[in-house]
Amino acid sequence: MDFNNVEQGIIELIKKAETELPDDVIKSLKKAYNIETGIAKTQIKAILDNIELAKKSKRPMCQDTGIQTFFVDVGIDFPYIGNIETLIIEAVKKATKSIPLRPNTVDPFTLKNHNDNIGDFIPYITWSFTKGNNVQITALPKGGGSENMSKLGMLKPGVGIEGVKKFVVDEVINAAGNPCPPTVIGVGIGGGADLALKLGKKSLLRPIGIRHQVKEISLIEEELINKINESGIGPMGLGGKTTVLDVHIEIAHRHPASLPVGLIIQCWANRRAKIVISSEGEWRLK
Amino acid sequence: MEYKIHLPITEEKIKKLNVGDIIYLSGDIFTARDEAHHLMLIKDKNSIPFDPSKMALFHCGPLMKKVKDKWQVISAGPTTSSRMEIFEDKFIEKFGIKIIIGKGGMGNKTKNALKNNKAIYTAYTGGAGALAAEKIMNVISVLWLEKLGMPEAVWIFKIKDFGPLVVAMDSKGNSIYK
Repeated sequence: MDFNNVEQGIIELIKKAETELPDDVIKSLKKAYNIETGIAKTQIKAILDNIELAKKSKRPMCQDTGIQTFFVDVGIDFPYIGNIETLIIEAVKKATKSIPLRPNTVDPFTLKNHNDNIGDFIPYITWSFTKGNNVQITALPKGGGSENMSKLGMLKPGVGIEGVKKFVVDEVINAAGNPCPPTVIGVGIGGGADLALKLGKKSLLRPIGIRHQVKEISLIEEELINKINESGIGPMGLGGKTTVLDVHIEIAHRHPASLPVGLIIQCWANRRAKIVISSEGEWRLK
Repeated sequence: MEYKIHLPITEEKIKKLNVGDIIYLSGDIFTARDEAHHLMLIKDKNSIPFDPSKMALFHCGPLMKKVKDKWQVISAGPTTSSRMEIFEDKFIEKFGIKIIIGKGGMGNKTKNALKNNKAIYTAYTGGAGALAAEKIMNVISVLWLEKLGMPEAVWIFKIKDFGPLVVAMDSKGNSIYK
């Protein structure tokens, strides 16, 4: 296998994620542009102009190029499983210089920044294993402004699903203009504290407009979208109809005594890109 | 209303600007985030090698690239202003800040400082870093780069028709944020 070629593929993956948004995100922003007026419309216009310029000029759409975050689905028959992590780390280092990316990894104690977007646990990789001999990597660079608005609610089970809805709506309204609305909301319900947040983060991988396959959950997603958008916070918190582009819920079974809700907020720059690498080392971006 | 404004700005002009107005700014601006606010507040004012009162304060941690000894702006949108709330009233007071550019809005302490010092807070579209970089004509200088690193350093830029900036908090105590 030509590892240099695969590394180059992962650099291209990061570049695509940082400079182009998926079609579903652009489509939802264009829909927002059509329904907004006044200041809200000026904000969506700037966002759309920015997306176009970033794609054309191949530069990161936002100066906050995020914490490099990857979801890796490994086919168990892929022959070089042990090389994947190193390939990703080396690709991040090189991409930091070539794209470039802002150096965003700081040691919490010494405040040292090695200027390569590498650090303890970073890039942050989530592994899952599937059948087959391909590897699929999804890049989801996550900005700090929206991540700062994340919340964990360890609710009393007695408040029920109504309590969960109230928690989500209240917290998104509290976040106001800070996470760069219109945002995408990821909600993980159940599991434990860590799993609820993880499910919330993972739900961002679902394209905008795709509802949860369980009818009852999809109806709650729609209810939350409407309730949050009725708040009038609007694009950048300057007022308007579009505060969220979508709400995605994922669930896990919970302990009888716990009702964890992991709330993850993603800015309008819902950056994600995918690469599939074959067992021969051929790759294509999706 | 829409205005084109050249920096430095007079108090008279600041007073004419109201919440909801849109401005396009030209002149010199400097970036400052958490660390730069902290540093500039503890430093002696006379040791600051530029005059913040003649520029706009930009809440921004830009993505820069050095090409042959010359800095280029790659992407430079605003960062979340509310993080600077703990410093901003003192910062406005100490340096005579007239215009702030940020995103997401600020709190009551800043609102009062803007009113007392006849200054405004303007919002630039968060995340629109590529678009913002297009309006930055020149990198004049950078301060404390070694100490603070790229995102937190103070960058001084020359901008032209930088906007649209929404006047989100004016000099009369009004705010667009709920």
